[in-house]
Amino acid sequence: MGNEEKQQSEISKGKYRVVGTRPIRPDGVDKVTGRATFGADFKPADMIYGRVVRSPHAHAVIKSINIEKALKVPGVKAIVTGKDFPDIGPGDIAAGEVVVSFYDMARNVIARDKVLYDGHAVAAVAATSPEAAAQAADLVEVEYKVLKPVMSARDAMAAGAPLLHDDMITQGVTPAPEKPSNVAHRHELKLGDIEAGFAEADEIIELEFNTQTVHQGYIEPHACVASMNADGVANVWCSSQGQFMVRAYTAKLCGLEISKVKVIPAEIGGGFGGKTVVYLEPLAVMLAKKAGRPVKMVMTRDEVLRATGPTSGGFGRCKLGAKKDGTITAADVELTYEAGAFAGSPVALGCMTGTASYDLANMRAVGWDVVVNRPKAAAYRAPGAPVAAFVVESTIDAMADKLGLDPLEMRLKNAAKEGTKAPYGPRFPRIGFVECLEAAKAHPHWTAPLGPNQGRGIAAGFWFNIGLSSSAAIALNEDGTVIVTEGNPDIGGSRASMAMMAAEVLGVEYERVKPLVADTESVPYSDLTGGSRVTFATGMAVTQAAQDLVKQLRERAAKIWDVDPDQVEWRDGQAVAIETDKHKPLSIADIGRMAGKTGGPLSGKANINAQGAGAGFGVHICDVEVDPETGYVSVKRYTAIQDVGTAIHPSYVEGQLQGGAAQGIGWALNEEYIYDKDGRMQNTGFLDYRMPVASDLPMIDTVLVEVPNPTHPFGVRGVGEVPIVPPLAAVANAVSHAIGKRCTDLPLSPPRLLAKIQGKG
Amino acid sequence: MAEIQYAAPETVAAAVKALAAGKGRAKVLAGGTDLLVQLRAGRISPDVIVDIKKIPELRKVKKDKGGFRVGAAVSGQELGENADFRADWPGVLEGFELIGSTQVQGRASLGGNLCNGSPAADGVPGLIAAGATVTIAGPKGEREENVEDVVTGPGQTSLKAGEFVVSINLPKRGKRGGDAYLRFIPRTEMDIAVVGAAVSLTLDAKGVCTDARVSLGAVAPRPLLVKAAGKALVGTKVDDAALDALAAAASAACSPIDDKRGTIEFRTKVAGVLARRAALIALERARNNA
Repeated sequence: MGNEEKQQSEISKGKYRVVGTRPIRPDGVDKVTGRATFGADFKPADMIYGRVVRSPHAHAVIKSINIEKALKVPGVKAIVTGKDFPDIGPGDIAAGEVVVSFYDMARNVIARDKVLYDGHAVAAVAATSPEAAAQAADLVEVEYKVLKPVMSARDAMAAGAPLLHDDMITQGVTPAPEKPSNVAHRHELKLGDIEAGFAEADEIIELEFNTQTVHQGYIEPHACVASMNADGVANVWCSSQGQFMVRAYTAKLCGLEISKVKVIPAEIGGGFGGKTVVYLEPLAVMLAKKAGRPVKMVMTRDEVLRATGPTSGGFGRCKLGAKKDGTITAADVELTYEAGAFAGSPVALGCMTGTASYDLANMRAVGWDVVVNRPKAAAYRAPGAPVAAFVVESTIDAMADKLGLDPLEMRLKNAAKEGTKAPYGPRFPRIGFVECLEAAKAHPHWTAPLGPNQGRGIAAGFWFNIGLSSSAAIALNEDGTVIVTEGNPDIGGSRASMAMMAAEVLGVEYERVKPLVADTESVPYSDLTGGSRVTFATGMAVTQAAQDLVKQLRERAAKIWDVDPDQVEWRDGQAVAIETDKHKPLSIADIGRMAGKTGGPLSGKANINAQGAGAGFGVHICDVEVDPETGYVSVKRYTAIQDVGTAIHPSYVEGQLQGGAAQGIGWALNEEYIYDKDGRMQNTGFLDYRMPVASDLPMIDTVLVEVPNPTHPFGVRGVGEVPIVPPLAAVANAVSHAIGKRCTDLPLSPPRLLAKIQGKG
Repeated sequence: MAEIQYAAPETVAAAVKALAAGKGRAKVLAGGTDLLVQLRAGRISPDVIVDIKKIPELRKVKKDKGGFRVGAAVSGQELGENADFRADWPGVLEGFELIGSTQVQGRASLGGNLCNGSPAADGVPGLIAAGATVTIAGPKGEREENVEDVVTGPGQTSLKAGEFVVSINLPKRGKRGGDAYLRFIPRTEMDIAVVGAAVSLTLDAKGVCTDARVSLGAVAPRPLLVKAAGKALVGTKVDDAALDALAAAASAACSPIDDKRGTIEFRTKVAGVLARRAALIALERARNNA
């Protein structure tokens, strides 16, 4: 992890006092001493325990639900089913900054007429003990008419496939189909003329790829406590990626006004996109309402894997044309992603990102969003991009092999730069992809010798990063310390980054800034922690709030000195009178102490919609060794290189790069959902859902390339998502080189790879 | 949750009595690393739990007729600290020490690993290859059984109601003997064997194999003693041809299933690969044990 001895990064060295250093995180002591309060740790007085009744079937009609026997279990206080929740009509509705189908969300949280995957919630019970709740849950009688499950996109798209939703008409196809199907959307993006591009090519390669469903794998299961007061006001304590998201969704699904729901964020033990939706909170609120007591709900790992997360598996195709010198003349990409039980896989994002690292005159990307009897896909770190990059970066690699070119040079030849038109429309402003490729070329890893049965792979990745709405307030205490209040759960060290940016602007020591992630009634609206937006957008809000406070501090000093505010500068944490030396500088502590007598308490604020999130690019190099007799892959060396804009806290930026690489390596090598023929998930624990453990990975080396984002006061680009984009292809390219055959199906688990090595794959 | 009686007797006789008190749902608790997990997952609902850790002889490793009597509740950590045992039976320890994490090693026992009845138990193939036996106590007194006969199917053992394993008995190692255990998992740890292979062999002064036993885990409903694979080495200098024959015999003995952990084809193939690799390690150890 972060090497504390490392100096400030080159860009920020000398320029900043705090930004670019590596202080201890404000939440660190509580976390390492086990005192931090996570989702399952809150216990109000009089609390009872909720439990979800889940479908054992992947696809079935609910004929009836009988709760009579369950209600008779001693200690049972409430049972809810879909009928207890308000009906929300079909169609997409705006919730804060995002547009969602509450019709689908309501049915995902608790099934109404049909269950659509193994583990789909059908009822929830609350009782005075977890044992009583479990006993009652077992006694809820659900009568099902079991239907044939549709477990893959290929099966779902086949003629005569059973329909998950008999009113699903494919959108994005003209003319609109007359008959319903399991295909929710068709997306298409185009630049230039691919046929003309292929006509110009010296070589054309077309490959097909398959990937499997994977879970985000956060350690902390979903958990919440909800209460409802006699006056109809709900309080929800939970771990999530956004307390305002939980508030908006819970209010809508429970039929409450937003002001009647207060959400208090807990610490979060990992989210990676999987906690940008609600599962338990609406159930807990309705149970609490019925029971008149606070209800705690905590998922087991089995429930987490069966019913939350995942991101889409699916298949893809890439046809690539190139000249002998490596210039790509055309790219034609087709992606089919499994959305899970309801429409909305990230396939459109796959289409937008797959070729975005390259300056292509002619490209087309077509995406198919297909429903299957698996849990509804949730966001997972750069949703849609890793699989698209796997498809495109593997094909580029195959083309480089065919043309006898260095795969890094081929990427440099086609690299997107400032002014390149992105496949999704705009032209890139200043970006750092070429700098990342140059850094890879210069890195000793790229030219290190390889041993027998070893192979090296390289791959690039792109992610947009976003801005959106953020709020921040900075209150000055009487002794000159400050409290930074913001509305984004800290999933990657953002408290430290917020405090550092505030300290930089205010000119105070980092230790004198206390960051606070506040509840929904203590800070104005902020969009959720996602899209790699927090250090960028909330950081911008904190910076502006600090600047607002500085302005007031200067005004206060001017008032004390009876000079014009323009005559006061803020320098190194103190007000200094310019053009005169008769006033002794006033420190922030001096002004804080006198605030009451000089006009009242001081605070700065900013409520913004942050524009200009800088796109991020990364390049990963991976070395593997393959056991030719077992298909076992060992990752020997891994280097993640990324344009991070400016690294506010380099250790946490490096941690993001390492974490993304680790998750991507797992995705490439062993992670997959395994279902039996009836659509029941078989590997519902970390024993058999095989994420990498620490000893599976080498030290993941990182290189922070800093091409500052011109729109951010400190040059920040989002960094959290880019690093999961390249690893699937980097690993697959490395394994392909190690065995001398192109690997196109993930995961590269030993049985699959051994069959491939022995000529059967 | 139903009520559970807990007993912690201090003698074998008292343990037999306590087990008899259960109405067919009594369970023996040693380290608890399987039992407590199964209890929590709701897979078992015992009426009586008999903790055998308080019986002194079940926590001891004793030298016996040149071999060892390992108390059924001895933990991996404890056995691993026994230098004499490590010198004689490194392959048995290799399997035992693969069970769980450092914390689990402080609790997990060979007796528990065997009686849990898993076809994939890492501790068992090494014992079978070693020719180990178990001493079983029960209402009718003590009896002895070969380790390979204890597990009869997934989660099933030859132990009758009221019986439990008191010790695991390893024979005298002797000169020019060596053993080894290898397992295949797709990760480096925190996983369950997809294939396990143990080999124990003895050489004569000229380097010719006089005795060999091969055991496979996770490739059949129970851990297997593969006699044909052992026979393939006897009378040879454990050369390539003998190793090929051993690998072929190992693969031929497999009758695995397709499941979330591996395929039939993969397990069958890798059983041969691992048996061969384990034999080479055992051979090296035998040569160094002159």
